[in-house]
Amino acid sequence: MSDVIFAPQSLPAPIPVGELLPWAVFGGLILLLALYFVGAEEGATSLISGMYVHEFVHDGRHLLGFPCH
Amino acid sequence: MVGRLLLRGMLAGVVAGLLAFGFAKVFGEPPIEHAIAFEEHMAHHHPGADTDNHMKGETDESELVSRATQAGLGLFVAVVVYGAAIGGLYALVFAFVYGRFGHLSPRAIAALLAAAAFVSFVLVPALKYPANPPAVGDPDTIGTRTALYFAMLVISVAALIFAIGLARSLASRYDGWSAGLVGAAAYVAIVGIAIYVLPVVNEVPEHFSAVVLWNFRVASLGLHAVLWTIVGLLFGFLAERMLAPPPRGRLYQAAIPR
Repeated sequence: MSDVIFAPQSLPAPIPVGELLPWAVFGGLILLLALYFVGAEEGATSLISGMYVHEFVHDGRHLLGFPCH
Repeated sequence: MVGRLLLRGMLAGVVAGLLAFGFAKVFGEPPIEHAIAFEEHMAHHHPGADTDNHMKGETDESELVSRATQAGLGLFVAVVVYGAAIGGLYALVFAFVYGRFGHLSPRAIAALLAAAAFVSFVLVPALKYPANPPAVGDPDTIGTRTALYFAMLVISVAALIFAIGLARSLASRYDGWSAGLVGAAAYVAIVGIAIYVLPVVNEVPEHFSAVVLWNFRVASLGLHAVLWTIVGLLFGFLAERMLAPPPRGRLYQAAIPR
């Protein structure tokens, strides 16, 4: 019995999709919205009138590689 | 569980964003300043030049947010928000992949996932549509350029997901190396075709410094490299402590009979 493995290598149980889905939908939406405001608002499309958001994140948007203007 | 992972991903993203801001400040701002100086020079000395229509928009806006704010607080907020957002999205993908991907430890999955994200989400789209400093780019084509950029991004990420799926289904029939290489080849082939087929965008003004353009683009890639390296390593550390805390060393080992 010297071959008994005392620390068996068990695979971790995957997180069920049903548990993932609400997080993926709501978290994903909000995070994508954040990316949109940094990356594209008041550039190609505009939800808010004016250019304040565009100008505020101007340098970051250029450096992050989004088409800026 | 998912919420705790999401929180850790966003935390790693914020820390990565702070470091990336430092990097952007040191390596990204000088080429931006050069590009803006070029833009102003062209506007003053060649009012009829090609950059003129770009300037029209820019001069109206220039007082809206000062350069100091753009290069300071604005850059800071943009990079940290971006870091938090990609960190969170990355954590959600991790939550799906964990447990569905063989025997890899959480840290190994986190590192591989960050590397895959950097290549497919940043590097490959940037090869086709690289970052452009101010003064490069015609504002009239912003809609087309944005659409093309996001198209390239979506193709690249979708191609990677497809390639991983392909490699996994082949791995059951062939050895791991062959399956991995076929998957990698499929990814390269798909993005290669996309890069070849999608239209070329070249709006670099004549006489724009090649050195400034190069430095800017390298700084942009460097910024993303800093972000993804820190996100991958820090999140891996946090996730492993949460999911698979290391066994309590000596006492545990001593209890195992030899």
